[in-house]
Amino acid sequence: MHNYTIAELIKGLQNNEFSSVELTQHFLDRISQINDDYNAIITVTGEQALNSATLADQRLSLGDAPAMCGIPILHKDIFCTDGVRTSCGSKMLDNFIPPYNATVVENFARDGAVMLGKTNMDEFAMGSSNETSFYGPVKNPWATDSVPGGSSGGSAAAIAARLAPGATATDTGGSIRQPAALCGISGLKPTYGRVSRWGMIAFASSLDQAGPMARTAEDCAILLNCMASFDEKDSTSVDKNVPDYTASLGNSVKGLKIGIPKEYFSEGLHPGTEMAVRKALADLEAQGAELVEISLPNSELSVPAYYVIAPAEASANLSRFDGVKYGYRCENPKDLHDMYCRSRAEGFGEEVQRRILIGTYCLSAGYYDAYYGKAQQVRQLIQQDFSEAFKSVDLIMGPTCPSPAFKFGAKGDDPVAMYLEDIYTIATNLAGLPGMSVPCGIVEDKPVGLQIIGNYFDEARMLNVAHQFQQITNWHQQTPEAIS
Amino acid sequence: MSWETVIGLEVHVQLATKTKIFSAASTAFGATPNSQACAIDLAMPGTLPVLNKQAVNYAIMFGLAIDADICQESVFERKNYFYPDLPKGYQTTQLEKPIVGRGSVTIQLADGSEKAIGIHHAHLEEDAGKSTHEGNLPHGMSGVDLNRAGTPLIEIVSEPDMRSAEEAIAFAKKLHSIVTSINICDGEMSQGSMRFDVNVSVRPIGSSVLGTRTETKNLNSFKFMEEAIEREVERQIDLIEDGGIVAQETRLYNGDTKVAKSMRSKEEANDYRYFPCPDLLPVLISDATIEELRQALPELPDARQKRFVSQYALSDYDANIIANDSNMSAFFEVVAEGSNNAKLAANWVMGELSGALNNADLNFSGSPVSPQQLAGMVARIEDNSISGKMAKLVFEAMWKGEGTADEIIQAKGLKQVSDSGALEKIVAEVLDANLAMVEDFINSDESKRKKKLGGFMGQIMKASKGQANPQQVNQILLQKLNELL
Repeated sequence: MHNYTIAELIKGLQNNEFSSVELTQHFLDRISQINDDYNAIITVTGEQALNSATLADQRLSLGDAPAMCGIPILHKDIFCTDGVRTSCGSKMLDNFIPPYNATVVENFARDGAVMLGKTNMDEFAMGSSNETSFYGPVKNPWATDSVPGGSSGGSAAAIAARLAPGATATDTGGSIRQPAALCGISGLKPTYGRVSRWGMIAFASSLDQAGPMARTAEDCAILLNCMASFDEKDSTSVDKNVPDYTASLGNSVKGLKIGIPKEYFSEGLHPGTEMAVRKALADLEAQGAELVEISLPNSELSVPAYYVIAPAEASANLSRFDGVKYGYRCENPKDLHDMYCRSRAEGFGEEVQRRILIGTYCLSAGYYDAYYGKAQQVRQLIQQDFSEAFKSVDLIMGPTCPSPAFKFGAKGDDPVAMYLEDIYTIATNLAGLPGMSVPCGIVEDKPVGLQIIGNYFDEARMLNVAHQFQQITNWHQQTPEAIS
Repeated sequence: MSWETVIGLEVHVQLATKTKIFSAASTAFGATPNSQACAIDLAMPGTLPVLNKQAVNYAIMFGLAIDADICQESVFERKNYFYPDLPKGYQTTQLEKPIVGRGSVTIQLADGSEKAIGIHHAHLEEDAGKSTHEGNLPHGMSGVDLNRAGTPLIEIVSEPDMRSAEEAIAFAKKLHSIVTSINICDGEMSQGSMRFDVNVSVRPIGSSVLGTRTETKNLNSFKFMEEAIEREVERQIDLIEDGGIVAQETRLYNGDTKVAKSMRSKEEANDYRYFPCPDLLPVLISDATIEELRQALPELPDARQKRFVSQYALSDYDANIIANDSNMSAFFEVVAEGSNNAKLAANWVMGELSGALNNADLNFSGSPVSPQQLAGMVARIEDNSISGKMAKLVFEAMWKGEGTADEIIQAKGLKQVSDSGALEKIVAEVLDANLAMVEDFINSDESKRKKKLGGFMGQIMKASKGQANPQQVNQILLQKLNELL
């Protein structure tokens, strides 16, 4: 059952081939057998899952249940779950049990989806390798000496290891797309404002966006149907009709104009990855799509701009973790100042502290204009690059990340090398555009991803093209050797 | 050397919304600590702010009341600093683009002159919670009450246009009068609904350069504010005249102990690292919203003063005092309308009633004598049913809750006798009983007779148990004595 896609599981449940309780038990058993090999899941909610599955079976038996009813999924541990520890991968929140659900969690619960547990992640979503988690690194099911990518590495690895058919994730600079590429699955970061941020622990509020991960584009469409909603509790949520993302999956790609940014094929791109991406583009061309070379001239500025804006916002967002109200508090503080300093020094890991310090510096008197002010101007330029490009093309495509999964420790001593992992993904966050990654090849026995960037709220077209690509290729069906 | 004082004010006004500026928790005063703090107020992870539209409307109304520019696209920013009563580690406030731009407030001074005080801007922000280090806390521990955290405020920043404590107090009172007149603040200073930060500097008279200023924070009574300013001016002048220099610093004044002290120097000031809050969109205000609020804006104190002069024929002085207190104004208008004698109504409201409320530490809304009751009493003075002297007895009885004026007059038999037949009888009886006094009156010089009338009046009032109408008695007495001459 664990090799079924969500679309296939929905049919199986509705045709009574198996019950949600059986399905849930199957995944719980699988998690208890092999999760330790990958460390993808850090909290398993077995009892709660079986209770939800029982209720889902009742609902299914009455007929007319929502598509996600009875389908087991995992939530990234950045989403608050009522009564279930939500750690954000940090010692700081190791003891934090929220009394509320994130809207994303609520949406899945409303439709009867079954939460199996919470997935591992880089601490506070800061990282591209899942090495910064307080709970230890996640291992890539394709090669356990390699990283799964980050920050949603737990969700990506869990899907690749068939521990769940789908999972929620978040993407601030590539945290859905990069691990999806490195683990050989499909992942979508929607338009900023499409999915509610309520109850999703903030890293960089103007960039954070939740999205689905699954093995296929079709499954991502099914998950997004449930996740996306306007939410009055999130002022940046956009009040726009949510279409049925599965409805247009079958459309032809004939006549579609695909922009290929020349800046995405420059120095630093692994030749194997480049070959796989170019082959994928040729496959789409063969289906009638038109490839157009375009330029996004300010691309090279996206990483430096991002590493000012994201840490600046993070430095304020993480101030609430002060040992006063919840979360970690140091032992025997001698006064208030000592409590602040030690609670934060002991509760946050190195990368989180580094970003808080960068952000604090960038916002300081005398530096604001040179860093934060300038970065906001760059952000405008990057937005303009994209809006200019979308005047002549329907979608933009390129590699998701520069190379296949690297080995643990390979970039641990060099934060900048790590930051360059997101060189192709960060610009869409700065612009607020939707981005997606689908598997498009195997390089050095590890998967690589094709990135699809759409115009604002054009997720349906992205999913359509991704689905059509998956009709003519089988990269999304490849399974890590250890799993099959 | 002669010195000029320069004063600017920053005024925090709590807006009278039912819920907080970014959450649905109640803003009511005096609840059990932390009973009115929801997940958003506690800055729980993943929670997000949603702006309270009423708070925005109140800020716009204030801007309209001081004839200021309304910024149609204002921006919330984060002001970063760590403190236990600031749950998010930043205060959501406005800096570069505040909602209310330049405006002006006119104050009236004791000598009758007027002066315009500039408003630099006013911005919307959230209040912090309260830290307590006293009370029933285990040794060495501090308490944090987040009920106040997130209460909407407007911070009004004046230009340094005031030149004396008197002007600063007049300005503060005028702001109090404006915000309570347009019902955006309950004005309860003792509950912290309005708090004043006072920036004070001195300079030689004639100098156009500003001296170094100090800021005395968090004054919540006009009296303390006046004391704090006077002491600070004196301190600065003494310091400079003794060869010292004024350090830029933040100070605290304790109104109970009358002690002022330095809180932190300029060097110790925080770098607040302001930046636009990414969780909130810019606040866009349409022309239509502004127009709608302008139409619905309640009467302002200056307009009310003019109306009291024209409608009730009050003096400028009386009208000014009443109009600048919205509660007193509302009370006065009920008494004036219900008694048919506005001048007398004004005297009673400003005099006897204000004094009694003051002594009892009550405000007009908590007055034991209702405006209807007072109107009933003034009406009885107006129609000569009781004298002014009797009215004081009636007022005291009403204060004690003994009923309406009519009930009290009836019960205590205080009704003035104005029936001329009855009065003539009393006068005749008193004259008959005091023939020696009558003879003395007749034999006196005309110049001394007037003085001797008082003796008869006293006897007559005593005989009538104080109820005789004095004007009528006077008339009848004169007539009868003249007949004897």
